[in-house]
Amino acid sequence: MFDIERWQEIFETLRKNKLRTFLTGLSVASGIFILVILLGFSSGIQNGVTSQFEKDAANSISVWAGVTTKEYKGLNPGRYIQLKNDDFNAIVNKYDDHLEYKSPFYTIWGGLVNYKNESGNYRIQGVLPDNQFIENADISQGRFLNHSDVMGAKKVAVIGNKVSQDLFKGQDPINQSISIYGINFKVIGVFYDPGGERDESKVMMPITTAQKAFNGGNDIRNMTYTVKMSDNFNDAVKLSEQISLGIESDIKEKHIISPDDISAVRVNNTLEEARKIYSLVDTIKAVFWFVGIGTIIAGVVGVGNIMLIIVKERTKEIGVRKALGAEPMSIVGMILQESVFVTMFSGLFGLIAGLGLLEVVGPLIESDFIKYPQVDFNTALATVFVLVFAGAIAGFIPAYRAAKIKPIDALRDE
Amino acid sequence: MIQIKDLHKSYHMGNNSLHVLKGINFDVKEGELVSIMGSSGSGKSTLLNILGMLDEADEGSYTLDGVPIKNLNEKIAANYRNKFLGFIFQSFNLINYKSALDNVALPLYYQGVHRKERVERAMHYLDKVGLAPWSHHLPNELSGGQKQRVAIARALASDPKVLLADEPTGALDTKTSYEVMDLIQGINDEGKTILIVTHEHDIAQMTRRIVNLKDGLIIDDSVVEQVRASQYV
Ligand SMILES: Nc1ncnc2c1ncn2[C@@H]1O[C@H](COP(=O)(O)OP(=O)(O)O)[C@@H](O)[C@H]1O
Ligand SMILES: [Mg+2]
Repeated sequence: MFDIERWQEIFETLRKNKLRTFLTGLSVASGIFILVILLGFSSGIQNGVTSQFEKDAANSISVWAGVTTKEYKGLNPGRYIQLKNDDFNAIVNKYDDHLEYKSPFYTIWGGLVNYKNESGNYRIQGVLPDNQFIENADISQGRFLNHSDVMGAKKVAVIGNKVSQDLFKGQDPINQSISIYGINFKVIGVFYDPGGERDESKVMMPITTAQKAFNGGNDIRNMTYTVKMSDNFNDAVKLSEQISLGIESDIKEKHIISPDDISAVRVNNTLEEARKIYSLVDTIKAVFWFVGIGTIIAGVVGVGNIMLIIVKERTKEIGVRKALGAEPMSIVGMILQESVFVTMFSGLFGLIAGLGLLEVVGPLIESDFIKYPQVDFNTALATVFVLVFAGAIAGFIPAYRAAKIKPIDALRDE
Repeated sequence: MIQIKDLHKSYHMGNNSLHVLKGINFDVKEGELVSIMGSSGSGKSTLLNILGMLDEADEGSYTLDGVPIKNLNEKIAANYRNKFLGFIFQSFNLINYKSALDNVALPLYYQGVHRKERVERAMHYLDKVGLAPWSHHLPNELSGGQKQRVAIARALASDPKVLLADEPTGALDTKTSYEVMDLIQGINDEGKTILIVTHEHDIAQMTRRIVNLKDGLIIDDSVVEQVRASQYV
């Protein structure tokens, strides 16, 4: 195997048969290349989808109210449904055992926020302390809202990173005073949100404060709960589905809404969505693996085929070599060593080309659903070796048979 | 150098069997230049292939340079071919992607000679057949006569005991045939034992002994007055 004369002979053969070498190499390299790209995008889709769910807690139930579209118990359609603190509390009381975090929201879209001479329009939200976990927000400075802020309806605010950058330009915002529609609030914290800039262009304050400061009374816009996760994903999905349905019918009953009015109350269950999308991701992954394995099999068959053709076309040469004194095993060794060298070299080439492409193109992909396409290097390397090994096996049989042919029969071959 | 006794060979194809060699007896001494003649299908190539260990006889004994050739496995046969024999074929059988020089060097590769020495020795033999300036040409860049010269150089490269040539001039025109025969005569003059299969009388007349084959038997075996090819070249 490490006989230098043998390698010289093999390199010479490969060099003198450039087209054959190139075609064998191309089929192997492109097989591996396609596989790497496939696996890369499969993982990219997975990463993309997963990161979509990192924006917020994955197991939340959100409730909005809207306008009725159906006549019910003598009430006309077109009635505006206003959720109140009571609605929120009733649900908390009823489902407390199963709920983990809960927060109502009183929202002002595009509220004008000033700090000294700087100003901007941001979403203003009155929330409960639990909302930090519902939104997966990270505190980078100061703290989030707490219970006493809510109880005292204190004029404090936690601002998103974007707001901090816009208004404070790198100064420390903590304990500074911002004004919203002329009312002053003390900044007590800055948060990051995996949802990105959009979710960081936000000012959060206690719900009690927001309702008072902006004449909200007991009104809330919407509310979100997270369901305690059980170990079994399917059980969790089932539970949150039940709770979703329960909440919907409770609110409909309380506000006298037809049970089949789908626009008056909307309950969105992310776990159910997550389940659908995760199973979609699993399907996509399975499809990609299926195609990938198909590619490998095609590659193996291709290499085997090429080996068969090469051996066939070299039958006469083999006869000549044997007449000149080549032992049968040296013929087998020569053919195998050539094929292993070519498949290995081009397999690694395809691997590196594929990984390189993912490396270059990956970061340029601006899609929420494909992120950081990458391939586990060991998986890819393993496929190269599978291909090389299978190619060697596929090459061994015709090589062995060719080496067994009597030289006289091989020489007669035209 | 060669002793064969009562050599038999049949080919089997399905239910038919063809008895090609029906008891051949003959000896060749060192330094002889023998032609094996006979009409097409008389078994000349079959005999030569058995002598060359490319094929095996069904019956009979064969001794080459004092070594009994029997029950060979492929590996031993390959070694014997490499050590004892040089082949020259009608269709040259050069490896088409190797240069003239590399073709000549190939038997030395299988002898385990190192590259530098291989090249030197191959070059020496190419020079001997007058093709030194063509050493880096591929076979398809050479004329038929040149190809056969390369093949002769290759057969000589491993310094074999015996050269076996099956219709070496069969694919060549008359003039080129005589040039090749001139070369072969020269090699024989230096003492090499050579067997040539041919069905052309003029070629046979250029050897020193003619063995005539008919229906699988030797019907005539006589020493002839050698015609020198050089007078025609
Ligand atoms: N491998 C083979 N299988 C079957 N028949 C063969 C084979 N080789 C040669 N023959 C037959 O044996 C006979 C002798 O062939 P060969 O020795 O090549 O004759 P020559 O060289 O004198 O023309 C021919 O009839 C030929 O058809
Ligand atoms: Mg013949």
